[in-house]
Amino acid sequence: MKKEFQMNGKWLLANGNIYNPFLDETQQGSILLEDGIVKYLGKDNNIPKDANVIDCDSKMITVGFMDLHAHFREPGREDKETLETGSLAALAGGFTKVCVMPNTNPPLDSPESIRFIVEKASNLPIDIYPIGAITNGQKGQNLSEISEMINAGAVAISDDGVPVKNGQILRYALEYSKMCGITVINHSEDEDIRADGVMNESSMSTNLGLPGNPDYAESVMIFRDLSIAEFVDGKIHIPHVSTAKSVEVIKYFKDKGVNVTAEVSPHHLGLTENRLSEFDTNAKVAPPLRSEKDRLALIQGLKDGIIDCVATDHAPHTIEEKEADFIQAPFGMIGLESAFGITHTVMTNNGASTEDVVRWLTDAPMKIMNFKLKAFETGKKADITIIDPQEKWIFSKEHVHSRSKNSPMYNMEFTGRVITTISGNIGFGEIISS
Amino acid sequence: MGSLSRKHFLGLKETPADDIKKIIDTGFMFREVLDRPVKKVPSLTGMNIVNLFFENSTRTRMSFELAEKRLSADVINFSASSSSLKKGETLKDTVQNIHAMKMDAVVMRHSAPGSILQLTKFVDAIVINAGDGTHEHPTQAMLDMMSIHEKFGKLKGIKVAIVGDICHSRVALSNIYGLITMGAEVTLCGPPHLLPVGIEELGVNISYNIDEVIEWADVLNILRIQRERMGIGIIPSVREYRSSFGITQERINQHQKEIVIMHPGPMNRGVEIDSTIADGEQAIILDQVLNGVAVRMSILYLLLSQGEEKEA
Repeated sequence: MKKEFQMNGKWLLANGNIYNPFLDETQQGSILLEDGIVKYLGKDNNIPKDANVIDCDSKMITVGFMDLHAHFREPGREDKETLETGSLAALAGGFTKVCVMPNTNPPLDSPESIRFIVEKASNLPIDIYPIGAITNGQKGQNLSEISEMINAGAVAISDDGVPVKNGQILRYALEYSKMCGITVINHSEDEDIRADGVMNESSMSTNLGLPGNPDYAESVMIFRDLSIAEFVDGKIHIPHVSTAKSVEVIKYFKDKGVNVTAEVSPHHLGLTENRLSEFDTNAKVAPPLRSEKDRLALIQGLKDGIIDCVATDHAPHTIEEKEADFIQAPFGMIGLESAFGITHTVMTNNGASTEDVVRWLTDAPMKIMNFKLKAFETGKKADITIIDPQEKWIFSKEHVHSRSKNSPMYNMEFTGRVITTISGNIGFGEIISS
Repeated sequence: MGSLSRKHFLGLKETPADDIKKIIDTGFMFREVLDRPVKKVPSLTGMNIVNLFFENSTRTRMSFELAEKRLSADVINFSASSSSLKKGETLKDTVQNIHAMKMDAVVMRHSAPGSILQLTKFVDAIVINAGDGTHEHPTQAMLDMMSIHEKFGKLKGIKVAIVGDICHSRVALSNIYGLITMGAEVTLCGPPHLLPVGIEELGVNISYNIDEVIEWADVLNILRIQRERMGIGIIPSVREYRSSFGITQERINQHQKEIVIMHPGPMNRGVEIDSTIADGEQAIILDQVLNGVAVRMSILYLLLSQGEEKEA
């Protein structure tokens, strides 16, 4: 089982394939860390006498992943997840940078609440970046103090799971946030069309007697949002794209030069509505798992660059809540620990490379959030993930470090595993040292 | 394990024809019992059954209770509005509490599709579905099929039309699964937007023309149209529904044919069905009610009794 360990002193990541996702370049070699700082990168295989060694033979050494869509539930629902437990889940999955959504209680809609997250996260082993609410209380009515929130450390704005229903408010948000240079993330779903839908609307929902949520509930909203973004020349990001139609709509606007980016969740790449045949509430998620046709369109869309990146939408819920009936159970599943495994498995089976997968988890989301794109800089804090691209493993509860366990992916076999994650002088993994 | 192929009775989607046939045959046996002066048999003496109704239901609950008592089982009734779950108790807690009382069988009605399947994971008892929302209501479909069988002596080849709001019906899916398994022909007739997506993949015909359907059908199974759905943008008005899909006396008169009229109840007289039709000679609505008790006795007996087949 993976665990956190101190990496004080000298540590050599020996003889790996060092992959820089920002330059898309690989070199054979080793990286020497001292007290969590990168000291040396190169071919010199002389092991300092006093160094611990992590053997990276046939492993990929790359940059720590970034997730631009996670829910750490603090403040308000610390029984599901906290910034600290969320950090452990992130490290277990190879993530060193996580953006947390503002649907907390109270929501992150003021500079004070953003500062709360920033301060609370300052001692944690990963970097946590809050996303501020677009509107006060995520109510969709009045713009929140966007500029103040950005100054306090917010990296983007979103009302998270609550779509901004009023198109005029979204227009204001897109225009206003231009002066901050950040992106606006809008949950793209027409709530009237979704109605009480709890799964994809199809012959499957008919068979199960469950109220359906049709694919166009998402794509019509994306069309609206991108039309607004086009008109005001705003910067917009579409979270968790789930349908083939949405991919078509995003392509249409990207081809016209609209400043839009999009993400797909690992579970939409790997699972379909068929997972619901036994009414598994852990597979109840928003947007819902869709058809095989949609899944294949998302895979192709990601490969074609219509979808820019992969983001987990890590959504922890308690066992008790998920043991409610299918209608009452909350939407969402955890995703940080399984994200690389399922994404790598699905995408390499569909012609992508390990390097592609790493870029969708590093370079792409960091560009969307305007982060500095530097890897393995000498004299800077270590930010590294070590991957075995070949290892086959069965995902199980013991891999989960989140406070919640709501995943429908247990017992799935994945190819490719995160071995160790390093953030400064904190390591996380099974230590393979010699 | 009883004398059906499965431990529980959750739905008709995967219930084989042999089981359905056995339930109907045994149902007729119990139907005779119900015609006797003393309507009680000792088959389930000593068995404990709980009727767990998370949703209001008068007729299904009474029918189950009567069936259980006529089989001499010990019966407990538990009614909880689904709001008690909203207050924080999970389905699991509620059910495990009841299960701790050592029940042999649980009959459950719940508003959420799939809740019955969850129940089987929380308890060891035999589980019988008394309706899980718009998913399945298999005992209703069994009593419907028994009533059709009673009338025609068979199910194979019988033309059954299910008329009304298919989308929000708790009985339509089970009827479709059962009738198709037994070789009946099924046509669904109702407003197009109240027919769920992909329903034709289950092997049914679709029609929006009630007069054509009446010409075609041997049996009309008429679903309740909830008055709550009228005038909120779903069904324009009672008047329009009646003129498009209502089983009115005038309409039946025009067709000059023998047709069996069924309704799972409760009826909206004057909306989906005229009183004169509901009370007329062609209607078997009250036979359905009696068959409901018999078929539920049959299901309970086949699942719970330590019958001859098991000893053999």
